[in-house]
Amino acid sequence: MMLEVENLNVHYGAIHALKGVTFHLQEGEIVALIGANGAGKSTTLNTISRLNKPTAGDIRYRGASIVETPPQDIVTKGIVQVPEGRRIFPKMSVVENLEMGAYIFSDRQRIEADIEMVFGKFPRLRERRKQLGGTLSGGEQQMLAIARGLMARPQLLLLDEPSMGLAPIIVEQIFDIIREINQQGTSILLVEQNAQMALSIADRGYVFETGKIVLEGDAGDLLEDPMVKEAYLGGG
Amino acid sequence: MEALRKKIPLTLPQNTVKIIRIIAALLLLALVIVRAIDVAAESQFGADTWLRLSVSGLIIGGMYALIAIGYTLVYGILFMINFAHGEVMMIGTFGGYFVFEAFNAIQVTAADGSQMSFLNANPVIAVFLAFLAGMTIAALSGYFLEKIAYRPLRGAPRLVPLISAIGASIFLQNAGQLLFGPQRRQYINPVVLDRGIGWHVELAGSTVVLTYTGIFSLVLSAILMVGLYVLVQRTKLGRAMRAVAQDKKTAALMGINVDQIISRTFVISGALAGAAGVMWGIHNGLFNYFVGFLPGIKAFTAAVLGGIGNIPGAMLGGMFLGIVESLGPAVLGIDFQLKDVIAFSILILVLIFRPSGILGEALSEEKV
Ligand SMILES: Nc1ncnc2c1ncn2[C@@H]1O[C@H](COP(=O)(O)OP(=O)(O)OP(=O)(O)O)[C@@H](O)[C@H]1O
Ligand SMILES: [Mg+2]
Repeated sequence: MMLEVENLNVHYGAIHALKGVTFHLQEGEIVALIGANGAGKSTTLNTISRLNKPTAGDIRYRGASIVETPPQDIVTKGIVQVPEGRRIFPKMSVVENLEMGAYIFSDRQRIEADIEMVFGKFPRLRERRKQLGGTLSGGEQQMLAIARGLMARPQLLLLDEPSMGLAPIIVEQIFDIIREINQQGTSILLVEQNAQMALSIADRGYVFETGKIVLEGDAGDLLEDPMVKEAYLGGG
Repeated sequence: MEALRKKIPLTLPQNTVKIIRIIAALLLLALVIVRAIDVAAESQFGADTWLRLSVSGLIIGGMYALIAIGYTLVYGILFMINFAHGEVMMIGTFGGYFVFEAFNAIQVTAADGSQMSFLNANPVIAVFLAFLAGMTIAALSGYFLEKIAYRPLRGAPRLVPLISAIGASIFLQNAGQLLFGPQRRQYINPVVLDRGIGWHVELAGSTVVLTYTGIFSLVLSAILMVGLYVLVQRTKLGRAMRAVAQDKKTAALMGINVDQIISRTFVISGALAGAAGVMWGIHNGLFNYFVGFLPGIKAFTAAVLGGIGNIPGAMLGGMFLGIVESLGPAVLGIDFQLKDVIAFSILILVLIFRPSGILGEALSEEKV
């Protein structure tokens, strides 16, 4: 098993944000976490990345617990998060942002080769390589955020709402690339409000509601589920 | 409650405030110019005096700049003013002093058979080690200052670490006084770096001395500033520092050890302040535990002037402040002892009229 999250509890002060979340992800899968605003999806990803400390529960990566592993070591283990809202370094150029993504590596040649690789995936970024991150469009920033994540050579990529605020055509492009990244061997944990899109490329999915998982299953089944249809697919 | 607030305008409209500020600034400027012209008409000072004052302003300005960089680096990364930074400089001054002191006490036999102190036999080594010691101990102070006084308060409201900083400043001053006494000490320079000797420049019929200590300090400041700039812009550590300054959460997601980068920022800031401290001793001579106080506040002024958080701004701000406080009294025809008043007037004026500084951008809450 690649990732096992077991009975995860997270508090922000008095707020009980995660109330015993349990799920898993197999090597090679795309797993979607869907749910409304404030359900605890980002909290889950941030706790895996160890930006939050859980108050109870365990997270195991390839069998070993990582709840005590500091964030920088989570990245070196191959778990890389592309955060919600893209969080591009605004005063760094596109290339510098990509180099930040490769911070854990020091082999210059390899980094250069990886930059070429992500430019192959996102040709738009190559054209804007010298431009400051803060001046990119929303779609370009999302591409850069994913590209920057790839620079760390993830084995497990955590994507937090990659479709947020983007035009449908750009969302299509980005989801195509996510599928491509997965086919090239990276497992993906995908957090989305756009349940339709997420479930259409995912193998399995979990539905979050106020800090709990209320439903889980194969992506196809969830797409057909009356409750999911009602709540997340616009009434279907 | 909301409705009540709307009825009573507690503050003047934004535009009115702006206009009043601009008018006040222009009046002030006019006053300064009129006064300066007045003084110039009396032509009290010759070109030699202006040259001497400018050079001494640059020298002190270089030291302010080195200290100001520390304020700006720390602010850029933690959004707090490290008010104990002047004391870090003081520790550097003592570090350099004790190296000279120790080397002065060691007698060696020179090549020609005469007895002399190690200090004078090997001035280059002595100066190098004085800076090494001053910078190292100041860097360590910065490191422990952050660990002890600031790190436990990470995430507390912004006023809290500020108070801790002021406390740390007072603590370090008192510790300095307790350890080394209140008396003023004199830096014992190697003979070749004696205070007062230097190159003689003839200007307008009189001689201006460009002191070796001053020119040495100025050159070293410039080298350290270029070095810092290269470090921040070109190295991996520098890139990590900029990333942490821009967005800590995302920096951590890149695999950056954020706490370690913060520590290193304090180490670098401390080393630069330590270098300024040793220069201060070598160039000015007299000092005691209180030596860091005024340069600390002035460097803070310089950092604000340049736009706090902005590194080139801190450098320019330091040089500018050094020159202004050196030339200011002569330009305005006031007593030279009033130079501190000029520095602090600038701080107050900048805070009123342009709190974001000369090069600074508007302070954004989003970074916090
Ligand atoms: N730093 C924080 N401090 C306090 N409360 C927080 C913090 N971050 C999240 N929360 C709270 O925890 C709960 C879960 O938030 P989370 O961001 O994980 O939701 P989400 O599912 O990602 O929502 P969205 O789809 O809007 O991004 C919310 O009630 C939120 O208000
Ligand atoms: Mg979220």
